[in-house]
Amino acid sequence: MADKKGWHDLMRGADLPPATSLEYKTGSWRSMRPVFDASNCIHCMICVAYCPDMAIPITKSEEGVVGKGGRLYKGAVRLETNFDYCKGCGICAQECPTKCITMIREEEAVEASTK
Amino acid sequence: MSVIKPLSGAQAVAEAMRQINPDVVVAYPITPQTPVVEYFAQFVANGLVDTETIPVESEHSAMSATVGASAAGARAMCATSSQGLALMWEVVAAVPGLRLPIVMPIVNRALSAPINIHCDHSDTMGATTIGWIQIFSENAQEAYENMFLALRLAEHKDVLIPAMVMQDGFIISHGVENVKILDDDVVKKFVGERNPDRFLLDVKNPYTIGPLALPDYYFEIKRQQEEAMENAKKIYLEVGEDLSKLTGNKYPYFEEYRIEDAAAVIIVLASAAGTAKDAIDEMRVDGKKVGLLKPKLFRPFPYKEIRDAVKNIPVIGVLDRSISFGSYAPLYTEIRNSLFELENKPKLQSYIFGLGGKDIFKNDIKQIFEELLSGKVNPEEQKYIGLRG
Ligand code: SF4
Ligand code: SF4
Repeated sequence: MADKKGWHDLMRGADLPPATSLEYKTGSWRSMRPVFDASNCIHCMICVAYCPDMAIPITKSEEGVVGKGGRLYKGAVRLETNFDYCKGCGICAQECPTKCITMIREEEAVEASTK
Repeated sequence: MSVIKPLSGAQAVAEAMRQINPDVVVAYPITPQTPVVEYFAQFVANGLVDTETIPVESEHSAMSATVGASAAGARAMCATSSQGLALMWEVVAAVPGLRLPIVMPIVNRALSAPINIHCDHSDTMGATTIGWIQIFSENAQEAYENMFLALRLAEHKDVLIPAMVMQDGFIISHGVENVKILDDDVVKKFVGERNPDRFLLDVKNPYTIGPLALPDYYFEIKRQQEEAMENAKKIYLEVGEDLSKLTGNKYPYFEEYRIEDAAAVIIVLASAAGTAKDAIDEMRVDGKKVGLLKPKLFRPFPYKEIRDAVKNIPVIGVLDRSISFGSYAPLYTEIRNSLFELENKPKLQSYIFGLGGKDIFKNDIKQIFEELLSGKVNPEEQKYIGLRG
């Protein structure tokens, strides 16, 4: 607790400056990890809208990205999940219409990456 | 300049609200607060104020909407009594923690059950521990002036906690007396505009209000609130001095009435103090050395100052218009606590009176004084005035 502010220094009444959730890395809670298969994605943004932690970043792509059926998807496209904030709830995997997100155990992901 | 108007206590408070001209008023009518809202609604309907009133379906919603308006940056007010305060309790308890300077006139009424519409202080005495400033008024004049005092105090940058301004239900709220009303301009200048250092509608400077605070932060936030209360005690006197320049009246923590040489003193809140003063005047004519101390500021409570004021009084009777079941009565508890540091403590007697609006008469007060003067008191026995055996 040594790094936490004392009562003199905290903002009045538990008010907080904006965007402090950025400092709170909910990714450390994760026991399951969504694995995203970009080759099957139709960039429908359903997972983006459903993610309770806004952990799926998006961008605007002029040149487009290759997705389901080898098609080029232009405009708004989703990127790889931000694992600093993804807490592994699995909602994206549940909602994805093309089933291109698979939940695996976090240990498996760690093992796979260290092999 | 000021004018004298015949007003009930409820009208006097509504008049104060008209002069304050708050941005938002959300209140649900409840006896005996109803005329406060009625008169104020007329001011709104007649275009005498710029206030937005929001019709709501309950007191819980009333205080919720008041909180929303206040957090948005508005000067927002509510008003209630008894069961209304009980129904809005969840939100009332959150306001001090949110540090919103909401001012709420309260017309004291007994809490149900049995259901009753008349005065006692059981409603606000239930709200003494949650961080609202509480100011009791003896009469319509005090209720009127206390509104301005409470507003400036609550909104002071070193305070920023809400305030209740109490008056006795029916006895004061519905009784008409002469009230000295300040000029609108004078009040306008005194209360100024609310000038919050941050507010939610300031979209260029966003911030979060009302977040979760778990064991690592909650305690710290609550300690800040206690600091605000301590500041409120100091600033109450400062604001009082400013107000005094306009009204000519004084705003001490408590009023002392003929206590300098008193052999027995009664301590009582609100309208019963007026009755006590009459009894004292008559007894003084008969050579009885009796006096009164009437606390005005109840939260924060002026322990040390009361101790200094009564340290040489031989015997004190504390009259409570509410009961704290299973413990000493609320005002009695505070007075007893005030005296703890004294080597030679005054003798004390606790009396309960007036529950559910039962009248207290001059003769009751005189009898209490006689009992106090006889010295036959027991600080651990609670006595009841006007109760059928
Ligand atoms: S829901 Fe599935 S298909 Fe749609 S953008 Fe997300 S990953 Fe791609
Ligand atoms: S698993 Fe949950 S938190 Fe992680 S990206 Fe999917 S919806 Fe968001």
